[in-house]
Amino acid sequence: MNMRETFLATTEEVLGADARVAVVLADISAASLTHAAERHPSRVINVGIREQLLVSVGGGLALAGMRPIVHTFSSFLVERAFEQIKLDLNHQDVGAVLVSYGASYDMPTAGRTHQAPGDVELIGSLPGWTVHVPGNGEEARRLLLESIPGDDRVYLRLSAQENAQAHLGAGFQTLRQGSRGVVLAVGPMLDRVLAATEGRDVTVLYTSTIRPFDAAGLLAAVRTTGTADVVLVEPYLAGTSAHQVAEALADVPHRLRSLGVRRESEVRSYGEIADHDLAHGLDAGSIALSVKEFLGI
Amino acid sequence: MTTGTKQGYADLPRLIALMTGDEKHAGAAESTLDVLWVLYDRVLDISPDTIRKPARDRFLLSKGHGPMAYYAVLTAKGFLDEDELAGWGGLDSRLGYHPDRTRVPGAEISSGSLGHGLPLALGTVFGLRARHLDRAKVVVLVGDAELDEGSNHEAIALAGRAGMEQLTVVAIDNASASHGWPGGLARRFEVEGWAARTVDGRDHEALHTAFTTPHPGRPLAVVAVVEPKG
Repeated sequence: MNMRETFLATTEEVLGADARVAVVLADISAASLTHAAERHPSRVINVGIREQLLVSVGGGLALAGMRPIVHTFSSFLVERAFEQIKLDLNHQDVGAVLVSYGASYDMPTAGRTHQAPGDVELIGSLPGWTVHVPGNGEEARRLLLESIPGDDRVYLRLSAQENAQAHLGAGFQTLRQGSRGVVLAVGPMLDRVLAATEGRDVTVLYTSTIRPFDAAGLLAAVRTTGTADVVLVEPYLAGTSAHQVAEALADVPHRLRSLGVRRESEVRSYGEIADHDLAHGLDAGSIALSVKEFLGI
Repeated sequence: MTTGTKQGYADLPRLIALMTGDEKHAGAAESTLDVLWVLYDRVLDISPDTIRKPARDRFLLSKGHGPMAYYAVLTAKGFLDEDELAGWGGLDSRLGYHPDRTRVPGAEISSGSLGHGLPLALGTVFGLRARHLDRAKVVVLVGDAELDEGSNHEAIALAGRAGMEQLTVVAIDNASASHGWPGGLARRFEVEGWAARTVDGRDHEALHTAFTTPHPGRPLAVVAVVEPKG
């Protein structure tokens, strides 16, 4: 099962287990939840192709005491309906679990309309959001289950790109310890970061939760490593978490190289996901080159 | 202190004047005044004692701009203190030029940006249905110009298809939409399966009848026509 299928299967379980949960859809994935909709007709709501309404209905459900899971493609969920996120969730002081699929360029043949590399930056501009970027289906399942209790605002960013293994720990997890620098891999970037840094004397951190940012974890890793040179590898806009690194290391002279989706121009090509990894310098070879250049090792 | 002291319709112009500073014209000029009064006084089961009960009726002020009449009615019904009206909009006031639900007792939503109240109301009705609270009414107040916002039309279509009998929209029509609504506002709702009634927005009996006459299996739109915005 891929990450999206895992999410939908888990959602069906959650609907059966918790009467407070309602799922809101805008046609995307609705066919996969047909069975759940038959069993829970009042709690599986497909609003049609209406993304503003999708998010507002989530806000209204929360106002009525429900726990909404709101799901569609990342471009339509976060970018198209951004004011609804800002006002109908944040400003109403209610929560929801927003679950996107499509990430930065998971549907490369669909072009720019279906790409949302700015989603985490947009969500990060609003207060009080937890942002999960799972790198594996099992992580996505755990993070969804952990997001259901309470009334928090959670953004769960699903992707077609996955790591081979799940890492279920919290915060920034140290997967390798080195001494010449710290490389932080976010979500689906992990396996290529591990390949790119194979045999090099660097600390590799991994996280599937980028907001809140584990500042204490980064600081501790920098101290243990003994070098305050940080490479941030994020699967969305390059430097989305750069200000968080700067704050975490405010009292430590440090250097930072931010890798991620390029900001300076649209990539107007189609092709495969791997082609876009290359275009953005996010394949293992490009990451290895960037690390080598930056750390001099 | 007047909190908890019930006041009447006749007090509203004076309460509004505390905010506008205009003793002569303020009260009657508020386009929403009569609709708000009829709803809070005769139609909805809302009071400071019930405002946290899950089964309460809900009023959502979507057109959050110009909330003087709203604050006056909330004061008359015991949610707000008359003494705080004059300082509204000040740093130490909880009453903004657009209401904030986290600060204004009795306000179900924070509003200001147009086109959010009705979509939020749909979610609220879905939530009430899921909780088997089928009898609680959800009433949303919008303006005719507010209906320019496309988000409303996403909601009008779905509410009709979902047969949201619990839902009422009251559209204050003071002919302020820049490009107008040829054929009238009511048609926009009727074609989507709503019951729609157009009444004099100053006539309390007509408003009461429009709000309380049954509309089984359909959401209700009440178009309350008032004098055109000058």
